[in-house]
Amino acid sequence: MKFTLFHLMPYADLDLEATKDYSTAWLQTPNTFYNPEKGAALYERYLGELERGEELGFDGIAVNEHHSTAYGMMPSPIVTASALARRTKTVTIAILGSALPLRGHPLTLAEEHAMIDTITRGRLITGMVRGIGAEYHVWGVNPVFSHERFHEAHDLIIQAWTEPGISSFHGKHYNHEYVNLWPRPYQKPHPPIWIPSQGSRETIEWAAHPKRKYVYLQTFSPIKAVQKYLKMYRDQCEHYGYTCRDEQLGWAVPIYVADTDETARKEAKVHYENFRNRFLKMPVEMLLPPGYSSVESMKGVAATKAQIVGDVTLELCMDLGMFICGSPETVRQKLEHYWKEMRFEHLLSMLQFGTLPADLTARSMDLFAKDVMPKLRAVAATAKAA
Amino acid sequence: MAALTKTTIEISGCKTTLRRGGAGPTLLYLHGAGGSGNVLAFAEKLAEHFDVILPDHPGFGESDLPPWLDNIHDAAYFYLEFLSKLNLRDVHIVGSSLGGWVALEIAVRSTERLKSLILSGAAGLNCKEARRGDIFMWEPPQRIRNMIVDQALADKLLSVKPSEEQAAIAVKNEFATARLAWEPRFFDPHLHKWLHRINVPVQIVWGDTDSVFPLPFGENLQRHIPGASLTIIPKCGHLPHVEQPDRFKSIITSFIGNLATKGAAA
Repeated sequence: MKFTLFHLMPYADLDLEATKDYSTAWLQTPNTFYNPEKGAALYERYLGELERGEELGFDGIAVNEHHSTAYGMMPSPIVTASALARRTKTVTIAILGSALPLRGHPLTLAEEHAMIDTITRGRLITGMVRGIGAEYHVWGVNPVFSHERFHEAHDLIIQAWTEPGISSFHGKHYNHEYVNLWPRPYQKPHPPIWIPSQGSRETIEWAAHPKRKYVYLQTFSPIKAVQKYLKMYRDQCEHYGYTCRDEQLGWAVPIYVADTDETARKEAKVHYENFRNRFLKMPVEMLLPPGYSSVESMKGVAATKAQIVGDVTLELCMDLGMFICGSPETVRQKLEHYWKEMRFEHLLSMLQFGTLPADLTARSMDLFAKDVMPKLRAVAATAKAA
Repeated sequence: MAALTKTTIEISGCKTTLRRGGAGPTLLYLHGAGGSGNVLAFAEKLAEHFDVILPDHPGFGESDLPPWLDNIHDAAYFYLEFLSKLNLRDVHIVGSSLGGWVALEIAVRSTERLKSLILSGAAGLNCKEARRGDIFMWEPPQRIRNMIVDQALADKLLSVKPSEEQAAIAVKNEFATARLAWEPRFFDPHLHKWLHRINVPVQIVWGDTDSVFPLPFGENLQRHIPGASLTIIPKCGHLPHVEQPDRFKSIITSFIGNLATKGAAA
């Protein structure tokens, strides 16, 4: 079992009172509410938290990409991953992911990832995503062509990484007379590819395909959805005629650890609810622009709208298994239970969320790394040996 | 009011639904992003004076989404084939919003089968003097409120709950609109270069309180089309055919009537 410390880098200093009348922290809350001094302090702190992940024994650290939002200050995960590349020595660095369709020239992504992979001597994990709906409002990229662009960009990047010498690429959205990447990636044939997803059959069929066998990562979902989609991936592998390795599966989940269950809930509550109800929240028109999902999946949207955009409580999210919170023992038990059931090799813990301050984040990270991780590693090792 | 009859024809492999009725000069009505549903009543009024043809654009309403539909130019070429296949001549095109943009894209390519253009709240050009409304960000009730000045009328429209079929068509129309108009947002950066090619009379109609394409968009369009006239409808938002149908109809009938008179005089 491998542990990755995942960070969103929220603008935690957002004035929640002054911005409370904005329906969302995404693209409609003006950047006049962003203070560059506070931003600088937060980058310092967050990069430090990820760097500390290495000292604490995490196998990897992870960053991601979102635009025009207080939800995360990483419009370019290339920048954060690059900053981390030279300050860490052993951890893998996962970009989860780069939003391929947003790029006018995805060959630049092939270049940037190859550079980081080389600078870290092969510690890079390349995540590939479409970006969430809000990104398409910000960037102007047509959501109707999101899938087409994702697949075309993916093919272009793989070609650039694997085809030796000079080739050309001609697609509907991207065209290059010369594909001849300098530098080539350090890892052979290329960095491992992870596909973070909220769950879709189409994504699973694509990721699990024998030609790819990409790591499928279920993110921020109720535990029932995690169970459903990880099983769907395993079943899909069987359908393709091979058995899924545990290494092909991952789960990303926010976690908070304190001395006791009660303290943990009490300390996390406001910060977790800020994460969910202030930083993550957005209207359905922003989350699901036309064409981003299929016509079929849009049909149920009106009915489930309240569920998508309504406020939630910490207690509800704990019940749904979307948030793991408690004493080290409680957290270990829950994760052990889920691991035994689903056998995901990769656990991505998000140990900072919303407005969770530095001291509580540091303590939760310590407790998780010292009192939870080693025990889970032992359980997994024993299970594997058996 | 004259009733329209629904038929289906195939154009470039796309099963296309159209409604047709009335007698008189041929009037091709190109609907906006909301589809042909909100045009039907107005089209029936127009059918008292014209041979009205109201198609569902490819990808919209009851028409197919053809695999070749990627942008507004595809829609324009489709309609050039449509005009040819139906062997229509001396056609007056009325285009609302997105449909107005399609009309412009048709006309810069060929006016051979056209007699005139009437453009209502037409998309197609960018305008630096005003910021367009973001219809993709407006939730459905807000969209109606923002498009209609008369909020009592908006209340009335909102009180009618759409059927399951209408709701499905609304989603389909939304997807097709995004396909054609998401980026660049409701305009073609190259269109302005060729608008001088439009050599048929053009009447532009604009609601004075259009919050999708505020009035400067209409004035900008007029500046770009040689000889085009602009009529502003007071107390009217983005949908003159819904909010001020009688006024809009009289603009159309007198514009086309005057053309006929002029034609006779010449």
